[in-house]
Amino acid sequence: MSKFLTISPSPHVKGEESVQKIMLWVILAMVPAMVWSFVVFGMGAIITTSVAILSCVFFEYAISRFILKTENSVGDLSAFLTGMLLAFNVPSSLPIWMIIIGALVAIGIGKLSFGGLGNNPFNPALVGRVFLLISFPVDMTSWPVNNNSGVDGVTGATPLGLVKEAISSGTPISQLTDQVPSNMDLFFGNIGGSLGEISAIALILGALFMLYKKVITWHIPVSILGTMFVFAGLLWTVDSEQFMNPMFHLLTGGAMLGALYMATDMVTSPMTPKGQLIYGIGIGIITISIRVFGAYPEGISFAILIMNAVTPLLNRYCKPKDFGRRAK
Amino acid sequence: MLKTFKIGGVHPAENKFSAGKQIETLPIPDMVTVPIAQHIGAPSTPVVKKGDEVKVGQLLAQSAGFVSANIHSPVSGKVFKIDDVLDSSGYKKKAIIIKVEGDEWEETIDRSTDLVKQTDLSPKEIVDRVAQSGIVGLGGATFPTHVKLAVPQGMTAEMLLINAVECEPYLTADHQLMMEKGAEIMVGIDLLMKAIGVKKAIIGIENNKPDAIKHLSQLAKEYAGVEVCALKVQYPQGGEKQLINAATGREVPSGALPISVGCVVNNVGTAYAVYEAVMKNKPLFERVVTVTGKSVSKPSNFMARVGMSVSQLVEAAGGLPEDTGKVISGGPMMGKALVTTDVPVTKGTSGVLIMREEEATRRTMKNCIRCAKCVSACPMGLEPYLLMTYAEKKMWEESEDSFVMDCIECGSCSYTCPADRPLLDYIRLGKGTVGQIMRSRKK
Repeated sequence: MSKFLTISPSPHVKGEESVQKIMLWVILAMVPAMVWSFVVFGMGAIITTSVAILSCVFFEYAISRFILKTENSVGDLSAFLTGMLLAFNVPSSLPIWMIIIGALVAIGIGKLSFGGLGNNPFNPALVGRVFLLISFPVDMTSWPVNNNSGVDGVTGATPLGLVKEAISSGTPISQLTDQVPSNMDLFFGNIGGSLGEISAIALILGALFMLYKKVITWHIPVSILGTMFVFAGLLWTVDSEQFMNPMFHLLTGGAMLGALYMATDMVTSPMTPKGQLIYGIGIGIITISIRVFGAYPEGISFAILIMNAVTPLLNRYCKPKDFGRRAK
Repeated sequence: MLKTFKIGGVHPAENKFSAGKQIETLPIPDMVTVPIAQHIGAPSTPVVKKGDEVKVGQLLAQSAGFVSANIHSPVSGKVFKIDDVLDSSGYKKKAIIIKVEGDEWEETIDRSTDLVKQTDLSPKEIVDRVAQSGIVGLGGATFPTHVKLAVPQGMTAEMLLINAVECEPYLTADHQLMMEKGAEIMVGIDLLMKAIGVKKAIIGIENNKPDAIKHLSQLAKEYAGVEVCALKVQYPQGGEKQLINAATGREVPSGALPISVGCVVNNVGTAYAVYEAVMKNKPLFERVVTVTGKSVSKPSNFMARVGMSVSQLVEAAGGLPEDTGKVISGGPMMGKALVTTDVPVTKGTSGVLIMREEEATRRTMKNCIRCAKCVSACPMGLEPYLLMTYAEKKMWEESEDSFVMDCIECGSCSYTCPADRPLLDYIRLGKGTVGQIMRSRKK
C-alpha cells in the first residue's frame, strides 16, 4: 500500500459547533430587537446600527492586519456581534463619530489589546459603551422620544432617569403615575432608551432561541433578574414611595439586554453553573444598588463589568459537579 | 426516562452503517502475524520456535505475570519466524508469524454449534479456564479477564455488569453478536456470575439497539437475576465508570476500581468468549470486527481470526476507497489511527473505520472562548480547558490537583470544542507526565 494515511490521536470526529456558528446564533437572536428598534427609532437606528457594525468589523480587520499582524479574525463574526451589541447600547441620536470612537475602544482596547476573542476579561461592547457614557454623558443620555408617541427629534428621559430625578428631588412615586409608562408599554417597548434595550418581549424571544441553541444556559439570566426582582421587591415593600416596584426594574433600562445578551457573553462569564449563579446574583445586587443609591440612573453595564473582573476568581473556586471525588 | 450517567457526555452522529449485517467468516489467509502483546500488562512469552508445527487453538505464547494473557494459534501450519513487526500501535513489536497449512484444530475444541448450558465446574475452575483460554476484555481495553474475575481480598462483588453499550459511533460488532449469539452470551453471563459468586447481572444496552434489547430481554427470562437495562444514547456510556453510574447510580471513587462499589464489568463480546472457552474449550483466537466508513462500499461485520491483516478485512469490505485519508483501529472517538493497513488484527480490534480525506484532517485551533462546553461534556467532572492550559505551561502539580489522572480519555472535550482546540492531546500529555511523577514518588 503506497498511500499515506493521516495519523492523529483520538478523537477522530468533531462536533458541528464552531465559534462562528455560536456568534451567528447570537446575532440571529438579536434580530427581533433590532427590527423593533428600526420601527421605533427609524433612520437613526438604522444608521447607528450600520455604523457600529461596519466600524467594529473595520477596526478588527485593520488592527489585526496592520498593527498586530495576526491572522484576520473577521470571519468568526465576533466583531460583527460586538458592533451590534454596541449599537444596542447607545441612543439612536448619538453622533456618528462618537459611535466610531466607541467601536475603536470596544474592539481595540476591549478586545484586541488582550489578544483577541477569548482573551478579553471584559465584554468589549460594554467597554465601548461605558467609555462613551463617561466621555460624552450628555449625548449618551439624550434619548429620542419614541416615534409612535411624539415628534421625531425630540429627546426625553428614560423611565429610569425620570424616576431617579423625581426621587432625588423629593417627589413621592405615587405622584409620578402619569409620567411613568405602564408595565405593558415597558414590556413591548413603547418607551425611549438605547436602541436595543427597549422591548423586553423582543429580547426574551431572542434569548429563548439562544437557550434552544444552547448558546446560553438559564443560570445567568435567571440569577440576575431574580436577584434584581427580590432586592428591588424588598426595598419596595419597605417604602413604595421611595422605591419603584420590582417589575419596573426588570423591564426598564438595560436589565433585559444586560441579563440576556451582555452578561451571558461566554468569554467573560464563569464556566460552571455554580459560578454563573454567583456572578448573576452579584450583577443583580450591584445593578439595583447603583440604580437606587448611586449617581447613575442605570447601573447594569457597570455591574456586568465589575462581575467580569470577578469571573477568574469564580472560575477558580467554583468547580464543576464532581464524579467519584466527594470523599476527598 | 431512560437511564444514563449523571454528568457530561456528548452524542456524536451514530453512523452505524453495518448494523444488521450478518457476521461473515473470512477465508483463512496464507500467513498470519500474531503479536505477543495483545493485552494490557506484560507481553506473553513465546513457547513455540521457528519451524514448529501448530494447530488451531494451540498455545503460542504463555502469560508472563499476573496481568498478562495466553495467546493461542488462530491457524494451523508452521511457525515461519518470530520477528518484530509493525502493529496497530505504530511501533514494531514482537510477533509470531505462521505459514498456514490447512485448518486443523486441536481435538479438545468442540466445533459443533450446539448450545451447552450445564456445567459442574467450580468458580475457580471457570476462572482458570478463562485464564488458560487467553480471554481479555473485548471492548477494546484488552484487560485480562481472569484478573477482573479475581475479586480482591476484603472486597465482595455484588453484581455483574455486562457492557453491551457499544457507544462508539460506527461500530456494530457487539450489536450483531448479540443478535446472532444471544443464547451463548446468556450462558457466558451465567458463567461469569458463577465465577465471581453473584446472583445479579445487568446488561446495559443503549436505546439505539431496540432489537438487541428485546432479544436479550426475552432470553434473560430463563435466567434468574439477569436483567436488561435500556440506556439513553450518550457517549461515553461504555466507559466502565459511566456504565456503573448509569445502570446502578453508584459512583466509583477517583482512582478506585469498579469492585470498590461491588461491581464487575465485562463486555458482551467477552461473555461470548467466556462461553466458548468454558463450554466449548475454545481459546480466544477470533473475534467480530466491524469494517465501516462513509466511503466503504460494503460495510460489514466479520468473524476474523487474530493475526489476519487489516488489509484483508478492508478488501473483503470492498477495498480501500480512493478518497481514504485515515484508517482507524476501533471507533472514531477512542480508536487509534493506523500508519498502514498492513497490521494484524488482535484481540482488541473491535472495528476498522475508514475515513475520507476531508474527515481526516483537523480544523485550525482558535483561542478558547470559555464557552465551558468542554466542562459540561466531561463525564468525569473535570475542567478540560484548564488541564490543557496546565499542560501547555507544564504546570504538573496543578494538573494533579485538578485530577488529571481521573481523565478517561473519552475525547468528549475535543469533540465538543467549538474553537477546535486539541484538549485531549494536551490532557494526555499531562496524564503521562503526572503519572510518571506519581510513580517516581512511590519509589
